[in-house]
Amino acid sequence: MVDLILKLKDNLRVIVQILFTVLTNGYVSGFRNGGIYQGSLKQICVPGLNCYSCPGALGSCPIGALQSVLADSNSRFPFYVIGFLFAFGAAFGRFVCGWLCPFGLFQDLLYKIPFYKKTKNLFGHKYLRYLKYIILFVFVLILPLIVVDIIGQGSPWFCKVICPSGTLMGGWTLTLLKPGLKENLGWLFTWKSFILILIIVLSILSYRPFCKYVCPLGAVYGCFNPVSFYRYNVDSKKCIQCKICQQTCPIEIPIYDKPNSLDCIRCGKCIKSCPHHAITMNKSIKE
Amino acid sequence: MRKSIISGIFFITGLLFIIIGFTNGERAVVLQKAIRICLECIGIG
Repeated sequence: MVDLILKLKDNLRVIVQILFTVLTNGYVSGFRNGGIYQGSLKQICVPGLNCYSCPGALGSCPIGALQSVLADSNSRFPFYVIGFLFAFGAAFGRFVCGWLCPFGLFQDLLYKIPFYKKTKNLFGHKYLRYLKYIILFVFVLILPLIVVDIIGQGSPWFCKVICPSGTLMGGWTLTLLKPGLKENLGWLFTWKSFILILIIVLSILSYRPFCKYVCPLGAVYGCFNPVSFYRYNVDSKKCIQCKICQQTCPIEIPIYDKPNSLDCIRCGKCIKSCPHHAITMNKSIKE
Repeated sequence: MRKSIISGIFFITGLLFIIIGFTNGERAVVLQKAIRICLECIGIG
């Protein structure tokens, strides 16, 4: 019994990730009938990158919802979606990425696949990590607003040309469940499948490449990492800067120096690995 | 302490924005998009 509890504790993050993915994609009828959930729960955003065209999705993707409101012909400031991002970001920062995002779980599982030469970060990591901010501004915020049709309706550009989560959870899944859709597939599906396959391959070679370099939702939540309620603290009296935390970190963040880096997904490996227990959570709330 | 105040301000602002969005019709826009298969998202265009 003690062994079981210890094992559960060691794998707590994966268990939470799986449970939350199942919870937010629990519309079984969608998988059975090849349709999507159309109930009122869909007006509620889920915190992770979870395409609302997934047959099982019970909520809305915040990035998809943000683009929808911006692209709407009755242009309005997206109070609801921005409010959701502010509230979740301020509370959790990128804890969402590490513990609640289905596409993050997908990449975590892919990285477990053995490969003879794995790397934590890709070549050019120092500059590539800024790509997600460019994608956020250009594809999520600007293009839906300014590239409009004759009636003033825009498109969700990130969802349309980039999002591999939508391709995996929506495109590939619905095409398998509804063979009739295949007749309507064209170059866009091919392009998005290429992006998804690229992310899959890179996720086997390197840790969470989509989260580090592409995800606009991670870019938003990351901005809150330094100030969110859930954040890390390094006790300078205990820390001897041995850098074990950095070596253990799957993204090689120097946690001893930057415990609340914009890239940290709060996996907690640094806390477990620190031999002097210098890294803690939430102490800042007591300040 | 200062960081907690900043996050508190963002959190409360977020909640206020959610309430505004719920009352100004934005929720309906989100729902209308979410209950239809997003052809752009799945790659049909």
